[in-house]
Amino acid sequence: MEKMDNAVRQTLALLVDNEPGVLSQIARLFSRKGYNIEAFAAGPTENQGLSRLTIDVIADEPHIELLCNQLRKLYPVRSVKRLNTVNSIYRELMLIKVVTEGADRRNDVMQIANIFRAQIIDVSLETLTLVVTGDSEKLEAIVNILKEFKILEIARTGVVAIERGKATINDESKERGEFNYGKNVL
Amino acid sequence: MRLTGAEILMECLLEQEVDTVFGYPGGTILYVYDALVKYRDRVHHYLTAHEQGASHAADGYARSTGKVGVAFSTSGPGATNLTTGVATAYMDSSPVVFISCNVAESLIGKDSFQEVDSTGVMLPITKCTFQISDVNKLADTVRRAFAIARSGRPGPVFIDILKNVTAETAEYEFVPRKEHKKSGMLDALYDRNMADLHKPSIDEEDIDKLISMIGESEKPMLICGGGVVRGRAHKEFNEFVNLMDAPTAITVMGGGGMEGRNPLATGMIGMHGSQASNIAVNECDLLIAVGCRFSDRVALDPESFASQAKIVHIDIDRSEINKNVQTDHHIVGDAKEVLRMLNERLTQQEHPKWKEYVFSFPTETLYDEGGDTLNPKQVCDTIAKMMPMDTIVATDVGQHQMWAIQHFHFDYPGQLITSGGFGTMGFGLGAAIGAKVGNPDKMVIHIAGDGSFRMNCNELTTVQHYGLPVITFVFDNQTLGMVRQWQNLIYKKNFSETDMDRGPDFVKLAEAYGLRGRRVNNQKDLAEAIEEAMACGEGYVIDCMLDIDEMVRPMVGGGSHITDFMKL
Repeated sequence: MEKMDNAVRQTLALLVDNEPGVLSQIARLFSRKGYNIEAFAAGPTENQGLSRLTIDVIADEPHIELLCNQLRKLYPVRSVKRLNTVNSIYRELMLIKVVTEGADRRNDVMQIANIFRAQIIDVSLETLTLVVTGDSEKLEAIVNILKEFKILEIARTGVVAIERGKATINDESKERGEFNYGKNVL
Repeated sequence: MRLTGAEILMECLLEQEVDTVFGYPGGTILYVYDALVKYRDRVHHYLTAHEQGASHAADGYARSTGKVGVAFSTSGPGATNLTTGVATAYMDSSPVVFISCNVAESLIGKDSFQEVDSTGVMLPITKCTFQISDVNKLADTVRRAFAIARSGRPGPVFIDILKNVTAETAEYEFVPRKEHKKSGMLDALYDRNMADLHKPSIDEEDIDKLISMIGESEKPMLICGGGVVRGRAHKEFNEFVNLMDAPTAITVMGGGGMEGRNPLATGMIGMHGSQASNIAVNECDLLIAVGCRFSDRVALDPESFASQAKIVHIDIDRSEINKNVQTDHHIVGDAKEVLRMLNERLTQQEHPKWKEYVFSFPTETLYDEGGDTLNPKQVCDTIAKMMPMDTIVATDVGQHQMWAIQHFHFDYPGQLITSGGFGTMGFGLGAAIGAKVGNPDKMVIHIAGDGSFRMNCNELTTVQHYGLPVITFVFDNQTLGMVRQWQNLIYKKNFSETDMDRGPDFVKLAEAYGLRGRRVNNQKDLAEAIEEAMACGEGYVIDCMLDIDEMVRPMVGGGSHITDFMKL
């Protein structure tokens, strides 16, 4: 791939048919065009048969537009929207397991959890497991603090994002109409 | 009515009005071939020498008739042998449905004999792939596959059916193609496109904007791309050319998108484009490209391409807009429809000075006469003079392909069948077979190079068996001409592994396949051979001897400025 000077992290929201092979088709497109998927989250939506994907990728402006165009062209892809921190809300969920030997250390971790509004969901004599939600910066922050203790394991969902206000991924636009023209099969 | 999967598949082909299938049987597709016998009065199967030949034949059939081509193969190597043909169809947007069977469900994923993840292999080179593991979904999926192959920007679709599905039975009801949008999955798709998202009409504002841009232009130029051919918009395009009174170039895929002898035609554009085309595109102030994707062989250097012009892109595929070249305006839509709307609104334009300037440059390359070999223009001119005007030309890939497009004049979509995007050597003979099967009343010729012909000459057996009068012209320069040309110009005449100084003797090869052939090295013998070939009514191979150092002229290096013609 060409060198990209102004590459930044971008978030894409996709609405796709929930069929076998769709994920591999989308993943293949990223690898074929030379992009690495930085974060990925998938789940069902309000419409049965449709899944929503949130994908983070590092790319510059012209290339991200080309990538979106290629994604929109794929048959199972219903809709692609670029989201940014101004127009959208981002959330990620993290489970983190920390070593807490002794009452002092357990108290310290519980206080930190409190500050970050994390919940304790499991406890053993040697460990505490927390669940934290927030944007990526918040999760990074708590991870950095808990590094002072011993982190045994982290599991993150990847970012999901949704637009502020009335706007949705289903909004009509001229561009969307143009893409679906090619998919008109009748 | 209750039918087996194999029978349902055959019925679905009848629903689509498919009467011709190319293919090759094998272990997993046996039930389908079993059912084929029952349907052989309605579905004609052509057995090729190799699955690749079947894939190119289905492609050539589709390109020449405008219908959807169909090819069958078995699992494993059968499916992988199709891949070159699938990719060729994909790059040139040719509507073909490839149907392969895979091992039975109980054997899937166990590395069984002749098992491969066919849908995984085909995914990057098709519009869509389906694997069918439920006989109840078979008919619906096949209907959808055909709809996708022919819709929008056409392209290949691959269907993989598990062997047990072809043997199991299900209820089936014949649904004529016109009623498909009201059935099953297509119903859902119809709802989604029509009610929710689909915008059927082309934006009138876009059209009006282009009309006003045309009004302001003094030096307009048009490019006819493959989209005009696929959309069968040649009449509309030709009318548009005449109304615009603008020089018009064709791309490799655009051959046949306008009348080849239209006085406004400047010939091919790009790496081997004519001087008139390349200079005009460099100096025009408005460039309207219809159904063309500005590939690296056309635009060469995207930064400097048509740098003085406002570029307008008309294409059915939105993802092509601004992909290779930045455009100033675009219209997304079917070429035929867009051009019809433009023609309705456009008044007759006049550009006598601009035309005079452009056509002061040559639109065709001239060659030295004489010597003891033929030159490419002599071969093409002799063929053109002796053959009917509507002869279909299928080519392989290389120098002969460029010569054919430079020197023949194509008048209608499907008259030129060539692998422009994927550049598949060995494409021509299979494609010619498909074209002849689809157009029994037309003359079909196959233009090959000696390198390309060697690749898939096994299909001569298909030509012979089915009595297809396809005439093969081998442009025989005893070398991989195009590669040698690059070695000559760019690699300091280091002719590494390009000499074809070896067998077979193509005339004897033709004879071995039960056909006739003749070697010629002057125009008189060539004319005699053509006469004999046309009279014999069966396949014929004419081996035309050319000089080893003959080049395709003019030439612009890859990535160079479009008027940077190399000194040849």
